[in-house]
Amino acid sequence: MKHIIGVLVENEFGVLSRISSLFSGRGFNIESLAVAETEDPSISHMTIVTRGDEQIIEQITKQLNKLINVIKVVDFTETDHVTRGMMLIKVAVEGSKRLEVLKVVEIFRGRIIDLSAKSAIVEITGDEGKLQAFIDVLLPYGIREISRTGVVAMTREAKTKNRMRLRAV
Amino acid sequence: MVKKTGAQIVLQSMQIEGVKAVFGYPGGAVIHLYDELPNYKIKHYLVRHEQAAVHAADGYARATGEVGVALVTSGPGATNTVTGLATAYMDSIPLVVFTGQVPTALIGNDAFQEADIVGITRPCTKHNYLVKDVKDLPRIIKEAFHIARSGRPGPVLVDLPKDVLVGSTNFEYPETVNLRGYNPTYEGHPGQLRKAVRAILKSKRPIFYVGGGAVLANAAEQLTELAVRMQIPVTTTLMGLGAFPENNELSLGMLGMHGTYRANMAVTESDVLVAIGARFDDRVTGRIDEFAPGAKIIHIDIDPTSISKNVKVDIPIVGDVKDVLTKMLVIVNEMNEEVSEFARAHGDWLAKIAKWKDMHRLDYIQEEVIKPQFVVEKICQLTRDLNPIISTEVGQNQMWAAQFYEFTQPRTWLTSGGLGTMGYGFPAALGAQVAFPDRLVIDIAGDGSIQMNIQELATVVQYQLPVKVIILNNGYLGMVRQWQELFFRKHYSATDMSVAPNFVKLAEAYGAVGLRATKPKEVEPTLKKAFEINRPVFVEFVVAREENVYPMVPAGEPISKMLLV
Ligand SMILES: Cc1ncc(C[n+]2csc(CCOP(=O)(O)OP(=O)(O)O)c2C)c(N)n1
Ligand SMILES: [Mg+2]
Repeated sequence: MKHIIGVLVENEFGVLSRISSLFSGRGFNIESLAVAETEDPSISHMTIVTRGDEQIIEQITKQLNKLINVIKVVDFTETDHVTRGMMLIKVAVEGSKRLEVLKVVEIFRGRIIDLSAKSAIVEITGDEGKLQAFIDVLLPYGIREISRTGVVAMTREAKTKNRMRLRAV
Repeated sequence: MVKKTGAQIVLQSMQIEGVKAVFGYPGGAVIHLYDELPNYKIKHYLVRHEQAAVHAADGYARATGEVGVALVTSGPGATNTVTGLATAYMDSIPLVVFTGQVPTALIGNDAFQEADIVGITRPCTKHNYLVKDVKDLPRIIKEAFHIARSGRPGPVLVDLPKDVLVGSTNFEYPETVNLRGYNPTYEGHPGQLRKAVRAILKSKRPIFYVGGGAVLANAAEQLTELAVRMQIPVTTTLMGLGAFPENNELSLGMLGMHGTYRANMAVTESDVLVAIGARFDDRVTGRIDEFAPGAKIIHIDIDPTSISKNVKVDIPIVGDVKDVLTKMLVIVNEMNEEVSEFARAHGDWLAKIAKWKDMHRLDYIQEEVIKPQFVVEKICQLTRDLNPIISTEVGQNQMWAAQFYEFTQPRTWLTSGGLGTMGYGFPAALGAQVAFPDRLVIDIAGDGSIQMNIQELATVVQYQLPVKVIILNNGYLGMVRQWQELFFRKHYSATDMSVAPNFVKLAEAYGAVGLRATKPKEVEPTLKKAFEINRPVFVEFVVAREENVYPMVPAGEPISKMLLV
């Protein structure tokens, strides 16, 4: 099963390679990885998307925790959380297809950030399902190139659980 | 505050950490450090190969329980430490290894004798550091020693660029460490402890399965008290030898691939198995789904990653083995009557084990050629009252030493269990002899393995370390040959080692003593003679060439399916 794991680490050089060599050395796989500094510049946040049965995920979180530079590990899959990824996608917009593509982009709330006679670059954010759906819809028009970020995730505030909550579409 | 150079800081910090001995080898990147070395109360032992420096520090650490320290230069000096680090990492041995590095400005330039040793050793150290600023040096050294010796111990490497050693700063050694990502759990959860004791008291066929963690935690006393109080039989892993006295009635000896018949049978039929500082290694469990198939499993370990890694655990207890066993003893002592009743109730289990004990004992037939087992047995008879330290190489020699020497004390057994490093035993014995100059230190060696660090003869001669190396010379890479005999139609591919040096002359060439025996009746007098000489001695016993280690569980089989003599 797919798991999204959040890791708070010391913002030091070499930490990323400690984490990636842990995964490769133990045969765990990384589907995506996103890293950036947090509000505290001494700490970085990593979001790792990985796959495995219960036992493997337990080992992954324990092994991550064992690294000296790892401060905290959260398996988002066990919490109420939101996820987002961003994607740039270059799609053919020749001739009559142009308007159709623009329509699709609008429906998915993407943004055209570059447009030429032959193609457009679209920027889009969303959870994995939305991004995949967007790709599927554009496929028949001719996708030239895709560049995607890793997934980032955040746990929802527990207290707001029973209240009304704004949900981004 | 006083200004000190990086080189002075390293040495001063070591002194504050209580380091008395350093095993090392100089070179350009650490020449400043070596220049300062004589000004400190740290004795340096110049080994003849950096791998041996790390193994010697490792032997020192295993024998004493303190952190072992090695010091080497950059590039090839650093890469030569890798096997030693991996050996220590697999067996959780506390080490701090200092490596020289090219100046920070040159790092990444493929400079002369540059190696990315931090990158290379990341997977075989508990943690490692590249010091980029001399100001960080005291903190990093403090952390390195702390990480090496706390929690599940392990080796830490500190890479020291030349300019960091030359640069200077105000020196103040930190009193405490502040590592927000590192908080080992020492205290077992009280609820889990009670649950474990209750599960044991309900069992009819309990067993303790004890690993190196019990030795590392210095918990032999508590373990023995608990086992005796509850009358629970004890089997140890290769790494756990010495944690429980093998002359105690409850001892089943070692389990696993070359474990005793009684240990493997008892584990297989147990209904509660308490793993104490052991990690369910494949050499121990054999086919994993048939390991203790009917047992509820209680697992005590300081490292959470060890728990439920290979087998599903029913009652996990994360904590220091000594702390956990001490608390279990308190609980047990509060439940006097139940415990006595329990001990009585599983009398037939102990009787069954006693019967197994008489079946398929470890054995061999002494013919006209010397049997290697006979040599180990004789060593045991002659030295058991002297509390010697026994190290081994790897292969059949190691297994016979484990099987035929009766261990009764922790930290008297030095062997590369996890990595199985040939060439470990001699330098490890050297390190242990440095720690205990007056004790008898013996390396039980194979003819193949001893040649992997034989250059250390010069070191033991130079420092007058009277290590005794007993070579069981079968003219083969015996353990591999055994596999070839049993599983590869006796196709002895690349295992014949009969072209070997004359070990007696070789020892003499280095300035040590060489002895040799070829007949069974010479074994005892030759050993006696060797043990009486207060100098390093090589003793070569020409032993039966094709003797095998039994019992043996073929790889992939359950441990109850042993090949017996
Ligand atoms: C560095 C290293 N290389 C290879 C091996 C594989 N190996 C395991 S046992 C063994 C044979 C050891 O021969 P010897 O030291 O003569 O011991 P014996 O088994 O004959 O007692 C070998 C080659 C190893 N364990 N370590
Ligand atoms: Mg041999």
